[in-house]
Amino acid sequence: MEQSISRSRRMKDAMLHVFVYGSAVTVCAALALIIGYIFVRGIPGITAELLTTEPSYIRDTIGILPNILNTLYIVLVAMAIVIPLGVSAAVYLNEYATNRSLTRLISFAVETLTGIPSVIFGLVGMLFFIQMMGCRAGIMAGGLTLVVMVLPTIISNTLESLKTVPVSYREGALALGSGKWHMIRTVVLPNSLDGIVTGCILAIGRIVGESAALLYTAGFGLMLNSFMTALQSSSATLSVALYVYATERGELTVAFSVATILMILTLLLNFAANLASSKLGHKEN
Amino acid sequence: MNSFEIDRLNLWYGSHQALRDVSIDIPEHQVTALIGPSGCGKSTFLKTLNRMQDLVEGVRIEGRVLFYGKDIYAPKVDVTTLRSQVGMVFQKANPFPMSIYDNVAYGPRIHGIRNREALDALVEESLKDAALWDEVKDRLKKSALGLSGGQQQRLCIARALAVKPEVLLLDESTSALDPMSTGQIEELVGELKQDYTVIMVTHNMQQAVRVSDCAAFFLLGDLVEFSPTDALFNNPKDQRTADYVSGRFG
Repeated sequence: MEQSISRSRRMKDAMLHVFVYGSAVTVCAALALIIGYIFVRGIPGITAELLTTEPSYIRDTIGILPNILNTLYIVLVAMAIVIPLGVSAAVYLNEYATNRSLTRLISFAVETLTGIPSVIFGLVGMLFFIQMMGCRAGIMAGGLTLVVMVLPTIISNTLESLKTVPVSYREGALALGSGKWHMIRTVVLPNSLDGIVTGCILAIGRIVGESAALLYTAGFGLMLNSFMTALQSSSATLSVALYVYATERGELTVAFSVATILMILTLLLNFAANLASSKLGHKEN
Repeated sequence: MNSFEIDRLNLWYGSHQALRDVSIDIPEHQVTALIGPSGCGKSTFLKTLNRMQDLVEGVRIEGRVLFYGKDIYAPKVDVTTLRSQVGMVFQKANPFPMSIYDNVAYGPRIHGIRNREALDALVEESLKDAALWDEVKDRLKKSALGLSGGQQQRLCIARALAVKPEVLLLDESTSALDPMSTGQIEELVGELKQDYTVIMVTHNMQQAVRVSDCAAFFLLGDLVEFSPTDALFNNPKDQRTADYVSGRFG
């Protein structure tokens, strides 16, 4: 009797082993397959001309320099607004807000905001920034939409990090006669840098990869513009350009090349986020 | 002259009364030890002296706390100024995760000292006063977190001294240290009283005997007895004090 129980247990154990390892291998294989497939199709198309020119109907060439620059512009615009806004909001919630139920409500709202599909941010962005505020589709309207979209990421990462700053640091600063804001500036924020930087990198990752929220807010423009012009004129980022080239223009090679560039950027950003949280996080006590 | 004159201090955490009608005058330039079993209110009392109690939610304080004749709970009192005059060292060393130099310079910088030479001089003086200078003078720019526990605690004392306080509050500041570091800090306290009033909470009665001039015995929120240390330990007036110092409870 005892032997048969142990045999059936061994069987179950073995099956579970196979299942767990099988799942792990499947996940890794799927990832490798996607990355490999995109790289194989995309890398041959990445040429100096593609990276350094704008598209020309006359010469019938395609260049994605405008889209690279647009991506950079939109990251700059969105981050320049969202970092001060998000960090201040988190500092307020964690350090100043005294009404517990209000802060819980705001935290809940922030978490909920994270889960909203990005196409909805695009719709609301179009209605609010373009139709109500009178922006034209461009980097400004797109950037503002992205600010709303990534604000929760910045707030929640900063908030998590602020919470890990030991009470003893705060007490130490206050006991020396530091005012509250001085304490926050010199002791709390420097020790939350890991979370702030990690949040920023994750936000940049989302911005670089975002297409749905930008279709109607930043537009489809593929032509080269200066920064100031791009703010108020239709400008496709790399992700939007990928969509345009793959569907409307039928240029699959270009689409795969753009995809390759996006993949590399995303991998680098994820790597940077991990590095930031491990290098900057050195809290003790 | 007295540093603090406290008249009928009552303190509540919510509905729990933690201090009951505590009246005590704390003499200047002496070491006053606060002793008593855990939860007797001695740390609570200590934290009312630099208004660190303000940070506790739901705390209510009644009575008068005079610091050199001025009521520190009066409406217009600037807490930051008070805390620069009444420095505090905590139970567990809490250096900031910055260099040794920046730790000591933190307080003076709050109060507006930016001049490089003035800061250098102040850092050196404070570290010397805390008997730490010789051990760290070659690595002032290194992180304070690399110091040993005893060194970190002396750094916290140096950091408190750098703002030139009148009073130093020590909240069981040696309880997490080894005997050697404890000895160094006790010796230091003996020297500091020439320039500062020291008020220390301690669990260790031998320590109170070794370093303090006066001792206050707290029990369940009451100040039972306040006398010169010798008298309190050898000739207690109250039976409860006698029971405690002879080790009958605690």
